[in-house]
Amino acid sequence: MNKKGLFKYKNFSVLSLIFLTACIENAPMDSLSPAGPYARQIDELFWLTFWIAVGVFFLVMGVLVFSVFYFRDMPGKPEPKQIHGNNVLELMWTIIPVLILAAIAVPTVRTIFDLAKEPEDALKIEVIGHQWWFEYKYPEYGITTANVMVIPEDTPVRLEMWSNDVLHNYWVPKLNGKRYLVPGQKTYLNLHADGADEFWAQCGEYCGLSHSKMRGRVLSLTQEDFEKWINNEKLNAEKDLPESSLAAEGQQVYLNAGCTQCHVINGVWDIQGDRIAPNLTHFANRNVFAGAALKNNKENLTKWLANPPEIKPGTFMPNLELTEKEIEALIAYLGTLK
Amino acid sequence: MTKIIEPAKRTNIFRRPSSEYGFWSWVTTVDHKKIGIMYGYAAFFFLLIGGLEALVLRIQLAQPDNSFLSAAEYNAMFTMHGTTMVFLAIMPISAAFFNYLLPLQIGARDVAFPRLNALSFWLWVAGGLFLYSTFIFGTAGAPEGGYLAEEVGWLGNAPNGGWFGYQPNAGFKYSPGTAMDYWALGLQILGISSLVSAFNFIVTIINMRTKGMRFMRMPVFTWMTFAVAFLLAFSLPIIAIALFYVTFDRQFGTTFFLTEGGGDPVLWQHLFWLFGHPEVYILILPAFGVVSEILPTFSRKPLFGYAAIVFAGFGIAFIGFGVWAHHMFASAISPVAQAGFGLSTMVIAVPTGVKIFNWLGTIWGGKLNLKTPMLFALGFIGMFVIGGLSGVTHSIVPADTQQTDTYYIVAHFHYVLFGGAMFGIFGGLYYWFPKVWGRMYNETLGQIHFWTMMIGFNLTFGPMHWLGLQGQVRRTWVYAEETNLGFWNLIVSIGAFIIALSILIFMANWIYSRRKGEKAPFDPWDARTIEWTIPSPTPVWNFSKAPEVKALDDFWHAKYDEDEEGRAVRRDTADALLLQLEEEGLNPEEEIELPNPSYFPIILASGLPFFGYAVIYKSIPLALIGAVLLLVGSFGWAIEPLEEEFTTKEEEE
Amino acid sequence: MSGGHDYPHEPTGVETRKLGMWVFLSTEILFFGTLITTFLLFKGRDFPGIKLTDVYDIPFTSISSFILLMSSLTMVLAHNALENEDQEKTRVWLLATAMLGAIFLAGQIYEFTEFYHKGFELSTNIFSSTFYVLTGFHGLHVFIGVVFLIGLWAIGQRQQGLSLDGGMNLEFIALYWHFVDIVWIVLFTVVYLI
Repeated sequence: MNKKGLFKYKNFSVLSLIFLTACIENAPMDSLSPAGPYARQIDELFWLTFWIAVGVFFLVMGVLVFSVFYFRDMPGKPEPKQIHGNNVLELMWTIIPVLILAAIAVPTVRTIFDLAKEPEDALKIEVIGHQWWFEYKYPEYGITTANVMVIPEDTPVRLEMWSNDVLHNYWVPKLNGKRYLVPGQKTYLNLHADGADEFWAQCGEYCGLSHSKMRGRVLSLTQEDFEKWINNEKLNAEKDLPESSLAAEGQQVYLNAGCTQCHVINGVWDIQGDRIAPNLTHFANRNVFAGAALKNNKENLTKWLANPPEIKPGTFMPNLELTEKEIEALIAYLGTLK
Repeated sequence: MTKIIEPAKRTNIFRRPSSEYGFWSWVTTVDHKKIGIMYGYAAFFFLLIGGLEALVLRIQLAQPDNSFLSAAEYNAMFTMHGTTMVFLAIMPISAAFFNYLLPLQIGARDVAFPRLNALSFWLWVAGGLFLYSTFIFGTAGAPEGGYLAEEVGWLGNAPNGGWFGYQPNAGFKYSPGTAMDYWALGLQILGISSLVSAFNFIVTIINMRTKGMRFMRMPVFTWMTFAVAFLLAFSLPIIAIALFYVTFDRQFGTTFFLTEGGGDPVLWQHLFWLFGHPEVYILILPAFGVVSEILPTFSRKPLFGYAAIVFAGFGIAFIGFGVWAHHMFASAISPVAQAGFGLSTMVIAVPTGVKIFNWLGTIWGGKLNLKTPMLFALGFIGMFVIGGLSGVTHSIVPADTQQTDTYYIVAHFHYVLFGGAMFGIFGGLYYWFPKVWGRMYNETLGQIHFWTMMIGFNLTFGPMHWLGLQGQVRRTWVYAEETNLGFWNLIVSIGAFIIALSILIFMANWIYSRRKGEKAPFDPWDARTIEWTIPSPTPVWNFSKAPEVKALDDFWHAKYDEDEEGRAVRRDTADALLLQLEEEGLNPEEEIELPNPSYFPIILASGLPFFGYAVIYKSIPLALIGAVLLLVGSFGWAIEPLEEEFTTKEEEE
Repeated sequence: MSGGHDYPHEPTGVETRKLGMWVFLSTEILFFGTLITTFLLFKGRDFPGIKLTDVYDIPFTSISSFILLMSSLTMVLAHNALENEDQEKTRVWLLATAMLGAIFLAGQIYEFTEFYHKGFELSTNIFSSTFYVLTGFHGLHVFIGVVFLIGLWAIGQRQQGLSLDGGMNLEFIALYWHFVDIVWIVLFTVVYLI
């Protein structure tokens, strides 16, 4: 019995050590590896609280473990003193937690307002949630893209967000906390990446069948690369492709198979249908697609175009029953959309 | 049994039920003990189902990009797991404790309204069965305009909008089919059941206390029941109205939560969590009560700071109504609201801390008897502290925006509701086992149960802390291999199966001990409260004569005195007292009138699911059946006296 | 109530059934509170479409409100009569209360039909939805009250008549009825006057 007791409480006391050593290396969604000032601010606040919590934990567990050993029933042990309480002690363990919490409360409130403040000279990006992908618009540049958000490094970014259908929740763990996307009203979130890097994003709030595949990427580029990217994004896609090429066939598939009901390719088909789907003008420049659930390569595209609902259940992209040849042509065409 | 007066058999609408044994005695009973036992078994049955659902989820998540379940099935399973555990497992198991123990702890012969009590139970059964009938009749599918590669199987034809049912995702447009209607209407029925029992418990505690059982002499479990009853009474109306709105939106084309018609999806969040947060305390306070009974008994010391623990409980309940938006820190609320609710959430940690420190004060300096109930109570403190501390990190709003909707939250509330509430409940099940069955449980098996559960529990929910912080989002059917979360997810899944094993050990112990366990002594734990002054198993009449209470922990003081040092000294008269109590308890001197069984609670309750089906299928005949059952039930109820006259006019004629 | 009448209890001075009704009514406040809050929340919002103010008829509703208020008076009279052990008068006033309640309900049904014909339907927009659910929920309470009152009246027809501590107790149905009336005063103010 008591040996088991020993085992149990040892188990407790090493728990927080396990916590520190168990951390997963190279987790792309790691909120404990901040890569920008906003996330760092949150991280500092978390660790402050964490260490206080660890202190309280060891205190409580210490008393518990000590009591179990020292006060356990043994033969010949006298009956305990009947103590009903102690006002001083009780007052103390009411007041001390209040003080500790007050100490945490001050930086908490300050950080809340810090994070909510709109940064000066921020790049504005609109984030629109759809079941199940994120659409990004750059109002200053007239750019619309999807799944991959491109931002300049070391520059604050102000996201203005809303949802087109249900509640979504935009989260780039390494850059900031989460914020909901709500239909009918706007919410805001600031991002700021230290350097050029690629970050993972994901929808946090359960938003229906394929919630788990509503992911995203944030690509931060050097100022120079970012400008290049902007200039390229502004361009329309080439309408006239070399005749009898596979890509030209693919373009015909795009125009005739039903893709244009939802997908726009600037300069080729500019009429947005009722159901909004990712703008494909610069599809080939994005390294992921299908709500960032798939890497943009030939194999994945083949799988996806053959039967989209198989990969993203509930998706609004139907199985168009394309032939293998059509799929091949379409992939060749998508490859030209740089 | 001899001195119980047989009820006269009078023709009412039906012949009055009179069986004391067998099937009908259970169906028609109004005895709080039988109702408590039925609550317990039925809730445990749902606990097993909810557990199976969890295991299915864990198989799916054991490795990245797994395909054991389809998305539709996964979503249905996590929705049903949450809904089941909250409404069909923990709440009713707590209700089982309330029912069985509350009258015993305050020295009453039954609750204030025995038939209403039976009605609560049958309503709960009706609600649970109605909700689960979704697996047979319900339908679910892709949102309007969406496509599925395969049919949704039976497993997926269950509610899939989450136990929190966020709108508009759970509305008709994004969750077509009838499954979410089963959810909304099922919760409505369950809510009515809980409301009815809340009224009953509040009135029972205020009005049914035996002589001398002043408020400040009530056992802490009774106090916590009181707090829970108030929480139920004041939080359930809010969710009831919100669920009305959902049903209207889904069935009658209103737009309470749809922006298209001027509604507001965030309103649902507010209403849901205005109920949902008090609900958390509804789940955990009963365990606080149980632990506050076990710790003093097994430490052979009074509860440290009884008044503080009681007031802290009520403080938690009260503040619990002012912290709901901490579930919405990432939602569309202003920084001012974030700060306000962050602070109120910190405040609630104070009374919680007071409780924990007082429990530690109770065991400090005691003589700890480490039997299974005590192990669970101590385990409760340990696990609950972890859950409480991770709770404090949620009140740090910016940190919470990283944690919310991740497995860190899943870890947090399982430490509170499993490590907390369930550990407390298991402690209570062992503690009062002899009282209910008159036999002892098997101590060895009990200890094995505790240790396997403790290990399995920590293996399951411990790693979820860092899984969440390192990026695993909740309610996700698959996660990508590149997230590097696979290893710990596998560990978690293994842990879940260890928990399942521990539950099997518990069941084996229960079944074995119920039949073959040692006969329980009169007062096996040398306990403190008056439910131990009556024979085990409890006789139908509870107390053969009304006990008179002179102090807090009255029974203990009857057995023990204090010497000049303040140490407990057993009175010379204690053994004689026990003998006398046992003798008296089994042989009441006077004739005892007990409330008679009744058919009407179950008839009335069975009407409600028909209304549910009538709303879903827009069927007048079903509504009529429901109305008839309701009318027969309530009319028969109204004219049936609670206690039958011994000679009746009809018999004289 | 169980365990016989001689089972001793800590006295609180409130009869158990009445206490139960008080607890019930206090949760009713929460029910109506939630509904009223929702109503007010959306009332302040700017959303295009037909509003209650486009269709309502305050004089009509004022009269039906007055009728409901009068029913509280007749309820008091019934209670008084029973205290004076006048079974005859008790029944008369009970029936009068039920009738006044029924007239109020009829007025509400008439009002709903009028609104409906003017294009203010349940699912027209958020204003109509909140209006119908709120006032309809109250109407349901009046309806249940009327059923109770008629039931009480019917029980009063039996030989032994009504008493103040009987099974279906006039006192706690009166409590319920007054509560429903008071709620209407609040609703009338919030919905029609503000």
